[in-house]
Amino acid sequence: MSTGTLHAAPHAAHRDDVGSRMGMWLFLFTELILFGGLFIVYAVYRFQHPDGFRLGAVELDTLVGTVNTIILLTSSLTVAMSITALQQGRKHLSLALIGTTILFALAFLVNKYFEWGHKFELGLYPGSPQLTSRPQGEILYFGLYYVMTGLHALHVIIGMAVLAFVMVFVARGSVNKDSYVKLEAGGLYWHLVDIIWIFLFPLFYLIH
Amino acid sequence: MTHHDQHHGTHVVGFARYVLIWLGLLSLTGITVALAGIDLGRWVIVTALGIAAVKSALVLGTFMHLKFEQPVFRLFVAVAAVTLLIFFVLTFFDYAFH
Repeated sequence: MSTGTLHAAPHAAHRDDVGSRMGMWLFLFTELILFGGLFIVYAVYRFQHPDGFRLGAVELDTLVGTVNTIILLTSSLTVAMSITALQQGRKHLSLALIGTTILFALAFLVNKYFEWGHKFELGLYPGSPQLTSRPQGEILYFGLYYVMTGLHALHVIIGMAVLAFVMVFVARGSVNKDSYVKLEAGGLYWHLVDIIWIFLFPLFYLIH
Repeated sequence: MTHHDQHHGTHVVGFARYVLIWLGLLSLTGITVALAGIDLGRWVIVTALGIAAVKSALVLGTFMHLKFEQPVFRLFVAVAAVTLLIFFVLTFFDYAFH
């Protein structure tokens, strides 16, 4: 470290991108435990009410679930590619890819909206007469369905907001070819949202 | 002591590699859906979760760059995963045997 040298006002005097990414991973671990706890609840109740869960799963539309899975997997592709694009200095391509990711997220939410809406029409919502008259296993299944996919959808919305912020930073140039850890961090969050759905999908839609 | 910022770029992963992983993910999704239609009895849940684990490994390894990070990242993820696994196992010891 040089002493006795006059420095101009230091900007980003010390950046630690590895530390930043590690910090994001630590946060992701808290999310893992959050959803992990819910998965444990699911596991115990399914273990105790296998038939109720199977009956409940029949009500879900496998096609919509599969399409949503494909949407999220592809959105992970686009956000990952957005980082490569930025590393290559291709700012507009990066912006297009982040924007596409956000649009995929929106499509996922629109699907969820119609899915839930359809369930509500059938009278299948927590506390409804149609639901409370069913066996305990089915009541638990739907309770978990709404809580877990609902919490997941909330994370999709948060992810969209995070990516939108990052998109603005990229557009303005503060996230760029030489400084893109914010985009990486946003991507990491998004991939976790994808991984959670990778587990939610078979556990709720594919019980036969 | 060198004043060394750790901000040289991350490893650049090419588009082609990402697309290949994505194709793998789509294939595994197709397999999971197809298998759900077959009566595997108790094995359906194990295979479904197994495939989900493989898909997660693909996302973690390539999309989330774990393969290209310093090894300590993979260690941290392993510790988190094992912690969660312990929660599952201990909970099940309680419910399965009382």
